[in-house]
Amino acid sequence: MNPNTNSDYDLIIEAGRTELHYWKDLWRYRELFLFLAWRDVLVRYKQTVIGIAWSVIRPLLTMVVFTIIFGKLAKLPSGHVPYPVLVFAAMLPWQFFANGLSDSSGSLISNANMLTKVYFPRLVIPASTVIVSLVDFAISFAILIVLMICYRFTPSWHIIILPLFLFLAFMVSFGSGLVLATLNVKYRDFRYIVPFVLQLGLYISPVGFSSSIIPEKWRLLYSLNPMVGVIDGFRWAILGGNEQIYWPGFIASSLVMALLLLAGLWYFRKTERVFADFI
Amino acid sequence: MKTVIKIENLGKKYMLRHEHQERRYTALRDVIMNSVKEAGRRLFKRGAVKNKDSTVEEFWALKNVSFDICQGDRIGIIGRNGAGKTTLLKILSRITEPSKGRVSSKGRVASLLEVGTGFHPELTGSENIYLNGAILGMSRVEIKKKFDEIVAFAEVERFLDTPVKRYSSGMYVRLAFAVAAHLESEILLVDEVLAVGDIVFQKKCLGKMSDLTKDGRTLLFVSHNIPMVRTLCPQAILLDRGKLAAQGEAASVIEQYLSDKNEIASAAVEFIPRPGANVSFTRAWITDDQGNLTVNVDVLKPFMIGLEFQVISLTANTEVTVVLENSLGVKVLFSSLSDGNNKEFAELKPGLRKTSVWLKANFLVPDRYVVRLYAHHPNTYVIDAREDALRFNVVETGSTMLRYGQGANNWCCVLGGTKWELNKK
Repeated sequence: MNPNTNSDYDLIIEAGRTELHYWKDLWRYRELFLFLAWRDVLVRYKQTVIGIAWSVIRPLLTMVVFTIIFGKLAKLPSGHVPYPVLVFAAMLPWQFFANGLSDSSGSLISNANMLTKVYFPRLVIPASTVIVSLVDFAISFAILIVLMICYRFTPSWHIIILPLFLFLAFMVSFGSGLVLATLNVKYRDFRYIVPFVLQLGLYISPVGFSSSIIPEKWRLLYSLNPMVGVIDGFRWAILGGNEQIYWPGFIASSLVMALLLLAGLWYFRKTERVFADFI
Repeated sequence: MKTVIKIENLGKKYMLRHEHQERRYTALRDVIMNSVKEAGRRLFKRGAVKNKDSTVEEFWALKNVSFDICQGDRIGIIGRNGAGKTTLLKILSRITEPSKGRVSSKGRVASLLEVGTGFHPELTGSENIYLNGAILGMSRVEIKKKFDEIVAFAEVERFLDTPVKRYSSGMYVRLAFAVAAHLESEILLVDEVLAVGDIVFQKKCLGKMSDLTKDGRTLLFVSHNIPMVRTLCPQAILLDRGKLAAQGEAASVIEQYLSDKNEIASAAVEFIPRPGANVSFTRAWITDDQGNLTVNVDVLKPFMIGLEFQVISLTANTEVTVVLENSLGVKVLFSSLSDGNNKEFAELKPGLRKTSVWLKANFLVPDRYVVRLYAHHPNTYVIDAREDALRFNVVETGSTMLRYGQGANNWCCVLGGTKWELNKK
């Protein structure tokens, strides 16, 4: 038989070789992505009475506390919007981000067994966990609707742009989730950092108050926190004309988001081929 | 024949850290600490010290391995523990990347390094079939098409809607293997996965695997079970400490593996504890009745197998078992910690535990033996297994089998002080 030439092989494995077919492979494994997301959702709500109740109670209680502290005690302005609705419009993206980040940052460790036994594009794992927090998001969104009905608050046409801002929230959550998941594989102490970052972030992000109370000269700097852009966007979409978007800040936020996502992807891709050796 | 896998100069390097062996992962604070230390050393000694961190050692799990595999080959990969078999499969299946060299392959590669990867105990049997299939790289359509076949093969029809956490361990393994066995791929890589399951099912799996290669598929099979390799694979590859030691017809490669002359008198071995295992072996050794380390045991004298294992947290249902296998691959002896304890499991407290297993004089027939060690929850879960922990020879020095010459092990496995009574009339 003729000796095979290089072109006869459809897969070459070499040290440091970046996969040519990576994105094609990722597409091929899209079903795995769906299955993993489906598994996580199923497992989450199976056998837990409190499962769904928990995703209702958590945002509701936070909203109540924030409304009392920031709205009633600190008497921060909320425009013409009922304070609970103002808070809840921000709770939506924040919960989505926080759940997505904490789940995806630990996802590689909790699926370590799969990583060491089977090949698939590793990106599938953190991506599918972020999707799971979409379910919680949907539940929270239903609460928001109930809340708006209670306060007889009608959203404007802006709300149709909400998916775009949801996508931005996904970008922030996924980008930072990738970085932390990768770091977590090598340095396990990052799992203690994530809850801390999230706790701190809840207060530095404009969840309990409107970002319009930030003095004008600090506003751009403040917007470097990507969640500021996301939350402002959500408020604008849900509360309509009552909230203005601060455009320079929004653009700055979006740039940070894009950077975060790219950095996350780059770092993840760089390290994923040796995950199995470290985990 | 057409080459489907071409392996050239393959090497895989690991860094072994000796310092904190009890720690199972790196923490960032250590890295920062070390680099500060390093910087301090450089600052004060002005680069006079060139010695790198002596606690880090290079270890080549695989070195300069090259061979070709043709389409339709069934190749058994054998070798002692740590010879690099699993590393090789992990590289071929793209779980980890090589440090050196290159692998070119043609066709869809499916690897089965463990049965039931990704099985979730809360999900039902049929849910797990879909999930596991997807993890192994099957599409939903493909799984749907094979679904009935998989269920029939696993014999779990009645339990499809039961969460797999309620499955018996046999059912679990059957289902897991069935999914993998129905994966359509040109190249199948199988690591020691059939060590589990009952004999009937093992036979069925072996049959399935040899069927797979009938339609031109290629199989690479890693196993310690020599008889299994012999029945399944016409060809074999022997790895020894990361290097290719032999390749060719299975019978001759196996022969070379068993009569490994250059094996060092390894009467005592140390193991790196299994990460995450609550009980894992750290040391094993063999001594004669005087307490001297040896690999050649006198058939007429008792001898001792010593074990040391590490227990992380208190456990009261873990069994520690020693299995002896003779040169024909027959398991001769199965003896457990609870044997001497009236079948009650001993309570294992955290820390290093030591046990001595004494074997009687005039008991094992002169032969070569392999010691396998297991820490397990009986019938459910193996926590740590050392399938090729130690090897020793029982040397003929005048047992009753002496007169039958070399092939005594063809006749029996144990001598056993049987009592004969002759009718005196």
